[in-house]
Amino acid sequence: MTGIALGAIYALLAVGLSLIFGMLTVVNFAHGAFFMVGAFLGIYFQTLTGSFALSLVITPLVVGSVGMLSERFLVRPLYGRGIDYPLLLTFGLSYVLIELMRVLFGIEGLPSSTPAALRGSVDLGIGRFPLYRLVLIGATAIVVLGLWLVIEKTRFGLIIRAGSRDPEIVRVLGIDVAKVWLLVFGLGTAIAGLSGVLAAPTRAVNPEMGITVLAESFVVTVVGGMGSLMGAVVAGLLVGVVFSLTSLLAPEFAELSIFVLMALVLLVRPQGLFGRAGLMG
Amino acid sequence: MNALWQLLARHRVLSVLLFLLIFPLLMPYEALAVNILIFGLYAVGFNLLFGYTGMLSFGHAAFLGVGSYLTGISIVHAHLHWLLAITIGVVSAALVGVLIGHLAIRTRGIYFSMVTLALGQIVYYAFYKAERWTGGENGLRGVTVAAFDVAGLHIDFTNPITKYYVILGFVALALWLVSRILASPFGAVIEAIRENEKRAAACGYDVARSKLLVFVLSATICGLAGSLRALHLSVVPIDSLHYLQSGQAVMMCLLGGMGTFFGPFVGAAVFLYLEDVVTTLTRHWMAVVGAIFMMFILFFPRGIWGSLVARWERQAGSGTASGGESDRTLESVQP
Repeated sequence: MTGIALGAIYALLAVGLSLIFGMLTVVNFAHGAFFMVGAFLGIYFQTLTGSFALSLVITPLVVGSVGMLSERFLVRPLYGRGIDYPLLLTFGLSYVLIELMRVLFGIEGLPSSTPAALRGSVDLGIGRFPLYRLVLIGATAIVVLGLWLVIEKTRFGLIIRAGSRDPEIVRVLGIDVAKVWLLVFGLGTAIAGLSGVLAAPTRAVNPEMGITVLAESFVVTVVGGMGSLMGAVVAGLLVGVVFSLTSLLAPEFAELSIFVLMALVLLVRPQGLFGRAGLMG
Repeated sequence: MNALWQLLARHRVLSVLLFLLIFPLLMPYEALAVNILIFGLYAVGFNLLFGYTGMLSFGHAAFLGVGSYLTGISIVHAHLHWLLAITIGVVSAALVGVLIGHLAIRTRGIYFSMVTLALGQIVYYAFYKAERWTGGENGLRGVTVAAFDVAGLHIDFTNPITKYYVILGFVALALWLVSRILASPFGAVIEAIRENEKRAAACGYDVARSKLLVFVLSATICGLAGSLRALHLSVVPIDSLHYLQSGQAVMMCLLGGMGTFFGPFVGAAVFLYLEDVVTTLTRHWMAVVGAIFMMFILFFPRGIWGSLVARWERQAGSGTASGGESDRTLESVQP
């Protein structure tokens, strides 16, 4: 259960990363930083409004807006100039975001705790589980399901799917692709912010927390296959479970295990579990 | 101007060495000069892969760190001679390069960056956990070389100027090697892969093998930089394996100008000099370097040296019909 709850966070992060990549072919190296900003702002809004639920709504909106601003003014000028440039730019952006949080909230980080209403544990029939872990899993399920419905059932989703196949044709059909990309980048970063709010009570909140998370969400994306929503979810849960099991059985190798898992997947199936081979080029 | 340019281009190793011989005099203190020397080499090794072959690795800290740690371990735990320790460090970095390269070249483009980053983190955690050998979080301490005499010269590593010139000897060797590689037919092949991988394969070149070879060569150079760094710092910090350290190579390379011979050195010098100045003024160095880096990507993607090269080449090429970057023949030597 710990594994699945951890995996839920990984899955959320990978979903945001995959969404942005699938549409814009940009690997967001600042994804970990947006996650970290989400955790900080989550705690800030929680103390400001006194409500965890409110912060769960406000924070992703704010983080998503920061994401949209970055797309509009920093990433957009780089489209068509080679795939490495947006990646490098977001790497630089992550430095600025980390330092910004240090300026705003200090270098020590913030104390974080589970909201009072969500403490305690519940009996599921197969054993007692901490309530907050169930909330994590439930929230992830809702976000992923909602995203799936948007992508599969709405007009906006149709444009996203078409745009990830061939943006040029979509543009020719009279759709403002730039606006769609802006929204997708915003949506992806908002999900990163949301996972930050959700993860804050389960880990130490400091400006550097996103650095490790970025590497881990890359592992999830590589295992699951780039640009695949399904892959992100399955791989997220898998990585979470592997991490928890090894921390239980051989804590020395917990961090290593997930990277070894990735190396194995690469050997057997370089495009990832659910990836399309063509996306690797 | 043109003649000077030609001279610089033809004797690029010699000119960089002449400059580096007097370089410590220009720096506020010698340790900074040694640092620039080492990170310049690190960026040169990285540039071989990124600038010339077009493969953006985010795992090169693994090679810098392995070079440092294995050199350090050989000296601290095995009490080996420092020359042997450097050899062990460099060979180990090359071996790790073979392993990581073998896995990573199965992927291309953005995927390659993510995979090298993750594979580099494996090395980071492995060394982090092997506390008995590496000192874990505190890093490996006590990598010292006793003073010795060679050919009538007294070599003492605690004297920064002596240390600078000893390290310069190794850097010179590595730079000569890199220059030879780039001028060789193999150098032309890797640039062909950067320009168009499919076409290079269609021309009959073994793309996968060339990629692996250049990956390992690049790892070896970065390993040497790491080995020298262990001797310079006399400690090996665990951060030298972290992917942020890989990111530093990217930043230096881009700041100076990727795919140019002098660029990475210029980038390393500017990066470290700026760091030195800015950290005395403010604690928020990361924000400054992040912002500068973004500005360069947006407005000067060729970097400082790369922009100068492009300008001079335009002037030099204005007499002939072609002057554009893409028209450059692969045989032409460029500083």
